[in-house]
Amino acid sequence: MHDYGSFEFDSKQDVLAKSKQFWNPDKTQFWSDSGVDLVIDRREGYLLWDMDGRRLIDVHLNGGTYNLGHRNPEVVAALSDAMARFDIGNHHFPSVARTALAEALVSSAPASLTKVAYASGGGEAIDIALKSARHATKKRRIVSIVKAYHGHTGLAVATGDDRFSRMFLADRPEEFTQVPFNDLGAMEQALRGRDVAAVIMETIPATYGFPLPEPGYLEAVKHLCEKYDALYIADEVQTGLMRTGELWGITKHGIEPDVMVVGKGISGGVYPIAAVLLSERAGAWLYEDGFGHISTFGGAELGCVVALKTLEITTRPEVRSMVHYIADLIGRGLEAIQARHPAWFTGIRQNGVVFGLEFDHPEGAKYVMRELYELGVWAIFSTLDPRVLQYKPGILMPPDLCEELLDRTAVGIARAEAAAGYGRRRAS
Amino acid sequence: MSEGTPQVQTAGHVLERARWAARAFARYSAADVQRIVAAVAEAGHRDARHYAEWAVRETGFGVVEHKTLKNEACSRGIVAEYAGEDFATPRIDAARKIVEVPRPAGVVLALTPSTNPVATVYFKVLLSLMTRNAVVISPHPMARECCNAAAAALAEAAVAAGAPDGVVQCVAEPTVPMVTALMEDPRTDVILATGGTAMVRAAYSSGNPAIGVGPGNVPVLVDASADLKAAARRIVESKAFDNSVLCTNESVLIVEDAVADRLLREMERCGAAVLDRADTARLSAYVFPDGRLNVDVVGRSASWIAQQAGVRAGPRTTVLLGSFDVAVPEEPMTHEKLSPVLGVLRVPDAQRGIEAARAVVRIAGAGHSAAIHSTDPGTIMEYAATVPVLRVAVNVGSSTGSSGLDTNLAPTMTVGTGFVGRSSLGENLHPRHLVNWTKIAYNADASVPMGDFAGLSPWRDQTGPVPGYPVASNDRSATAAPAPGRTLRTERIVADALQFRGTRHNGDDERFRAEIRRLVLEELSQLRKG
Repeated sequence: MHDYGSFEFDSKQDVLAKSKQFWNPDKTQFWSDSGVDLVIDRREGYLLWDMDGRRLIDVHLNGGTYNLGHRNPEVVAALSDAMARFDIGNHHFPSVARTALAEALVSSAPASLTKVAYASGGGEAIDIALKSARHATKKRRIVSIVKAYHGHTGLAVATGDDRFSRMFLADRPEEFTQVPFNDLGAMEQALRGRDVAAVIMETIPATYGFPLPEPGYLEAVKHLCEKYDALYIADEVQTGLMRTGELWGITKHGIEPDVMVVGKGISGGVYPIAAVLLSERAGAWLYEDGFGHISTFGGAELGCVVALKTLEITTRPEVRSMVHYIADLIGRGLEAIQARHPAWFTGIRQNGVVFGLEFDHPEGAKYVMRELYELGVWAIFSTLDPRVLQYKPGILMPPDLCEELLDRTAVGIARAEAAAGYGRRRAS
Repeated sequence: MSEGTPQVQTAGHVLERARWAARAFARYSAADVQRIVAAVAEAGHRDARHYAEWAVRETGFGVVEHKTLKNEACSRGIVAEYAGEDFATPRIDAARKIVEVPRPAGVVLALTPSTNPVATVYFKVLLSLMTRNAVVISPHPMARECCNAAAAALAEAAVAAGAPDGVVQCVAEPTVPMVTALMEDPRTDVILATGGTAMVRAAYSSGNPAIGVGPGNVPVLVDASADLKAAARRIVESKAFDNSVLCTNESVLIVEDAVADRLLREMERCGAAVLDRADTARLSAYVFPDGRLNVDVVGRSASWIAQQAGVRAGPRTTVLLGSFDVAVPEEPMTHEKLSPVLGVLRVPDAQRGIEAARAVVRIAGAGHSAAIHSTDPGTIMEYAATVPVLRVAVNVGSSTGSSGLDTNLAPTMTVGTGFVGRSSLGENLHPRHLVNWTKIAYNADASVPMGDFAGLSPWRDQTGPVPGYPVASNDRSATAAPAPGRTLRTERIVADALQFRGTRHNGDDERFRAEIRRLVLEELSQLRKG
């Protein structure tokens, strides 16, 4: 019997059966078929425990949601304390918590960004970003990259891979143009008609497996945006909050975006919240009609308190330093593992603690994911490029856990190589 | 660390960063260490006076000139003292078939006092760096600002010389709950506690290894065989040194009756004021109201204290002498004064003097220091064997003598008081106390040969910043991120982009190139204007 206080289950099988019956049959089945029979129970720091009691090191972090670890004690304390005074708040009125967070976000960001609009999640934040760009430029077209992923809400889903838009008849090719990543010629071609409201770019496209922008690519895209009067929207949902070793990944490129989207990790992993930072131009609608975008839960005051604490922790100089150490240790460790499996483990995409591990098999990352899961590490394949494993150590990961992670990873990658038939092939 | 105030939580991250630094530093070579230690010592020496002034300004304790001397002694002085000593290279003992590999403590949590704030910061930082440890300074709140500034300057010098980032840190806002949390944190490897008894006891109760030292209360015996003129000058200078804030300063002067008057006259010539009974009572009442030390007097000048106490003393007075009759606990003048106030006790002979010194140390200061001015080795030996202290400074001022600045003891700001003084450390703190050695021990049987370890080192010289800046893995040539806003880096980036584009797309758009060039030039011209 698993007793969770307000509900209970007989067993993990009981949960899985009811999950299929009442929640999501396909997704539940998918994970069973993938060899990842995970139902998360206890969680603490960068560790998860399956209902069966198995311990896993979490390097999925839900895209950085658990950047500061699961149930970070400081964040949990901030939320608990806040509940003695705050609730969601009334989204129509000026609010102490929303104002305080907005000021903190603006002062943390590139100087171009001066206003904040709130959302209850990343998708809604992307929608606000796109609407803001359309309002500012009076243009409709949005350019994103092929295999982009910015969420599943109305406008956001149309920027992404058609796997998620077509099934809901939500693709809008006449308004949403996609160009190949790292292709400046195609980008300029898309912008040349001067009918583009914005280019939206993840600083490193996460769901595509973190392909790295070629040196100078993002900078040149920003210049093209300026040239053709389109706004540059930096989606920093997965690259923000110190994951690249700076608070916002985009500042490593010296880019001052017109719009910046923040989500996932800003929730501290405990209270959903997302935010859009807007330049004066992009945020013009906030002067014209402040009711232009309404969100009951967007900028919920409890979420704002949590986000402020998250931002405060993340911006400590000690934390930045730790991230650089973690990036250095894990980066070198992975290089050493790669050197032992050059034919199988073909590439390491790294910027800070953002890692995409490339394998020489169309579904290579699924093999590695499965082996790592068996070895007590939870890392997920890239939905839009299953050759690549997303590997996302937390920014507060202690040295001993980093070493343990590398030990497990080395074995998992070797086993996956054999499982995918590479050991045999190499031998022959 | 899951409990505590936000400040306490922040401090946990200070320790975590220190762990990373310690982990990296433990693999540095002796040459790296030497370079870093030299650079840090030079930085400390350069600013010795600046921080001496700051410490006096912030705490009100001591004398700038003397603090400057201490800061110099604890920077260049310490490096000179340990020149040629190497705590990083493995040692080979072929005869015993043992190789020793140094293993630093890791994260040193260094508590520093208000009385010798910056000198202690310098000292503990340099000892930590010599032994490849990361150090977190937890300053006394009264000296918080000067210690933070000094630690930051040393940290900068260390990192500039190639030390790992975070190797020297200082707690910005120390509070008792925070220091307690830091001491109990498993990320702390050893605590160096210099300070009040309560803090030292807390260090030992923390559950972590600790080197804490007890308080001093130094008797000085002058026997009839002493060179009285020299003894007088040395004692007065020692009491005046930094207004007696060093824990090694003389607290009670014990003098043989036969030479007492002459000694006191000599001391008066050197700047001491010998108070009469009434003035001594007034001084005692001011310095020990209710029998406890008035912290206002700590590190203050003799003339200031005299004025406050309402006793007659000239403006040039550097030491106040107050006589008393019996060394018993209820006599305030037998206690530690941390100010240029010296109790004076006359005794009929040297043996009675030794017993009196033992009585003084029984009241406070066990295991710490004593001084003697004598030319009789028998008396000196008897004194050292009878008085329960671990250092006896002979014919030298105790302030700088027992702390190793004017003797050949290890120069230190941390004076071990040993078992008798409830300390794990029985001598002046030395770098070797911060490092363990892993012993590679071969079979002692002569038939089992020992390998050749000559020239073998597990450490590598460092060549760049540690940790390296996290550049993207497809752009290793990149350097640290630019500050937000326009920077020259954009120039290179756009130039690279053009080149990249040129290789990737043959149908180059000349207009695009021209536009980028224009933007770059515009940006450069703005930068030049700015």
